[in-house]
Amino acid sequence: MSEWIVFFWNILPDLYDGALITVRLTLVGLGIGFVIGLPAALARVYGGKWIRRLAVGYIELFRGTPVLVQLFVVYFGFPDFGLTLSRLSAAYIALGLNSGAFQAEYFRGAIQAIGDGQMMAARAIGMSRLKAIRYVILPQALRLVIPPWSNEPIALMKASAVAFLIAVPDLMTKAKIIAAHTYNPIGTYMAVAVIYLVLVFLLTAIINFIERRLRIPGLEMEAQRT
Amino acid sequence: MTKTIIKVENLFKQYGGQDVLKGISLTVNEGETVVIIGPSGTGKSTLLRCINLLTKADRGRIWLDDREITLPGVDEDEVRSHIGMVFQDFLLFNHLTALGNVMIGLTKVLGMSHDKAKSKAMAELARVGLADNADQYPGQLSGGQKQRVAIARALAMDPRVILFDEPTSALDPELIGEVLEVMRKLAYDGMTMVVVTHEMGFAREVADRIVFIEKGSVVEEGPPVDLFYRPKVERTREFLWKLTELYGKHERKQADGN
Repeated sequence: MSEWIVFFWNILPDLYDGALITVRLTLVGLGIGFVIGLPAALARVYGGKWIRRLAVGYIELFRGTPVLVQLFVVYFGFPDFGLTLSRLSAAYIALGLNSGAFQAEYFRGAIQAIGDGQMMAARAIGMSRLKAIRYVILPQALRLVIPPWSNEPIALMKASAVAFLIAVPDLMTKAKIIAAHTYNPIGTYMAVAVIYLVLVFLLTAIINFIERRLRIPGLEMEAQRT
Repeated sequence: MTKTIIKVENLFKQYGGQDVLKGISLTVNEGETVVIIGPSGTGKSTLLRCINLLTKADRGRIWLDDREITLPGVDEDEVRSHIGMVFQDFLLFNHLTALGNVMIGLTKVLGMSHDKAKSKAMAELARVGLADNADQYPGQLSGGQKQRVAIARALAMDPRVILFDEPTSALDPELIGEVLEVMRKLAYDGMTMVVVTHEMGFAREVADRIVFIEKGSVVEEGPPVDLFYRPKVERTREFLWKLTELYGKHERKQADGN
C-alpha cells in the first residue's frame, strides 16, 4: 500500500496536467451543452411543428449514437467540409453537442413539470410567451432541474475520457503514457480512478451548494403536485 | 348611462367535436358583479378563458370597452393586461414571494419602476389583508392566503374587469370565508367582476345579476331575487333547488357528526 502511495505521489504532477484538461473538457462541454440544450428543450416544448421536429432530431441523433463516433466524425469528418479543428476544439464540440442532447431532455422534464398553469397565469396578466418563459417558467424549471441535471457533469466528465482516442492530453492520455513508461498500468489506472473520484466529489459538492443557495420553500413540492 | 365593459356576442367553441359553447351572449356593465352558475362541464370556465383570449373561440365576437378584441391583429397580451383572472387552483408563481407575485406584472408588463411597483403591490396586499405575508413564498401560505395573493396580483394591474374561475372550489371549507369576504369588498368598491362559482350565498348576496348556463347556452339570467324566488324556466328552479338541497344536506350531516 505504501509503495503505491509513493508511486501515486511521483506520477501526480503529470496526472495533474491531464486532470486540468479533463476538467476543461467537462466544463466547456457542459457550457456548450447548456447553450444548445436549453433552447432545444424550449423548442421541443413550445416550438411549432417543424422547430419541434428539428429539436427532436438533434436530441435523438446525439443521444442515440456513441459519443466516440460523434468525436471521430467531428475530428476526422469535418475537415472534409473544409473545417479543420484542433484536437481540443474537436473534443469540446463533440462533448458539447452530446451533452446538449442529454441536457435538453433534463430541461424538458423540468419545464413540463412546472405545468401549463404557470404559463396560463403569466399570460393572464398580459405577459407575452417569451416573457412568461423568461420570468416565470425558467426561474422555476432551472431550480427544479438541478437534482436530475447533476448527473450530467458527472457523466460528461467520465465520457470525456474518449478524448484520449484523438490524443487530447487529458487524464487518460497522460495515464497511458505513464503506464507505458513505468510498466505499472494497474497502479497508474488506480491513481486515475482516485482522481476521477475526487473530481466527481468536488463537482457534486459544488452542485449541492448551488442547489441549497437557490432553494425556495415549497417549490419542489408545489411543482410535483401540479 | 351605464358603460358596458364586456360584451360577448354569439360565442361558439368546440373541443374535440364536442360543443362546449353554443352561441353564448353576455354583457357586463361597469361596476357590476355577474355570477355565472351551472352544472360542471357546461362551459363556464371556457367562457371566461375565451373572454380573456386564453382560449380562442371558434365563432362569435367579444368587446372590451367598445373595442372588439376578437378581431385579427389585436395585441392579445395588451388586452389581457386589462382583464384580471383568478383561477381555481391559484396558480401563483411559486418562485416568487407574495410581494413578487403582485409586482411582476407591474414591472415586466407595465414597465413600472421597482420602487413604484413595490409600493403599489404592498397597497394591493394590504387591500386583501396580507401586508404581513409579503415576504412569504406560496409554499408557506394557506390556500385562502394564496387565493388572496392571486386576487391582489390581478388587482395590481388595475384591470377593467376581473374574471373569477371557481375561486373557492379548491379551498378547505374554513378558508372559503376569507376569500369571499375579499371579493365581497371588491364588489362593493365598484370593481367589475364576472364570477363562476357554486357559492350560492355569495351569489344571492353580492351578485347584481346571475347567469345560469347549461350545456353551453344561457338558460336564464336576471337579478338573484328573480332567479332564486321566481325563476322563469323550470330547469333553473330544479338546478338551484338541487344546489341548496345538497348544501343543506351537507350542513345537516356535519351537524349530526358533531
